[in-house]
Amino acid sequence: MKIETKNITVMALFSAVAIIFSYIEAILPPIWSAIPGIKVGLANIVTVTLLYKFSIKEASIVAFIRIIIIALLFGNAMTLIYSIAGFVLSVAIMDILKRTNLFSTVGVSIAGGVFHNLGQIIVAMLLLQTKEIGYYMIVLAITGTVAGILIGIASNLMLKYSNKLRL
Amino acid sequence: MLKSDGLKKGKNDLILVGIILSLSLVGFLIFKLTMKDGNRISVSINGEEKYSYSITDNVETDIITGDNGENKNVLIIKDGKAYIKGATCPDKICVGHRPISKDGETIVCLPHKVVVSVTEEK
Ligand SMILES: [Zn+2]
Repeated sequence: MKIETKNITVMALFSAVAIIFSYIEAILPPIWSAIPGIKVGLANIVTVTLLYKFSIKEASIVAFIRIIIIALLFGNAMTLIYSIAGFVLSVAIMDILKRTNLFSTVGVSIAGGVFHNLGQIIVAMLLLQTKEIGYYMIVLAITGTVAGILIGIASNLMLKYSNKLRL
Repeated sequence: MLKSDGLKKGKNDLILVGIILSLSLVGFLIFKLTMKDGNRISVSINGEEKYSYSITDNVETDIITGDNGENKNVLIIKDGKAYIKGATCPDKICVGHRPISKDGETIVCLPHKVVVSVTEEK
């Protein structure tokens, strides 16, 4: 399981990009403000890109670097738990669907977006001790789908240009 | 070959979206149908229960919070439902919340640390 020097450099570069995406999301007003701490997950663009470029291992290393640095810079324990739950569920479903080879990058990314929201909703239900959040299931499916489409398209572009740059 | 592969995947993507949306709709309906009506409205401030009303009451009251009583949420209970009519909080999320009447439903005003919830008591 040796990671080449070049790949380490590329992963460091993508970590920086992922941190910038998370930072942009942290300073923008929340899109879905009903539940504090919940985010769309712009940094998932990097997760999808790395999943296709390398594997779930590289995607996870970069995601955890990003999540921990963002939590240290702006976050609190709560946003850290939201981020980890959202990431773990989304990367797991995306890796499974990618392996089936039945779906496009956009399809895989849609499932990732929905599961990213699902992970955060489960944490919110546990933390806030309110069942009522279950009402948001439809909202989470729709926002996850829309976010997934945009993230899928962006990831395709990122893959294309990173190949052009021979990264 | 490559193009038909892309089309097939595009079709599968649409099926995937359909499955996701139907599953969330089913989940929502199950959730909605298993919710029972509550009979009390309780108001807690800073996590402590402060006021309690019957859901059949007709209430219009100011919930005053903050160290100097500078925060206000106007609670309305009418026709078996409770909602916040107005508030001095910056985000106004509590004001935008739809009326609640089912056991377990809540309206949270995070800036004022006010939670209005429906409960079921015998
Ligand atoms: Zn409020």
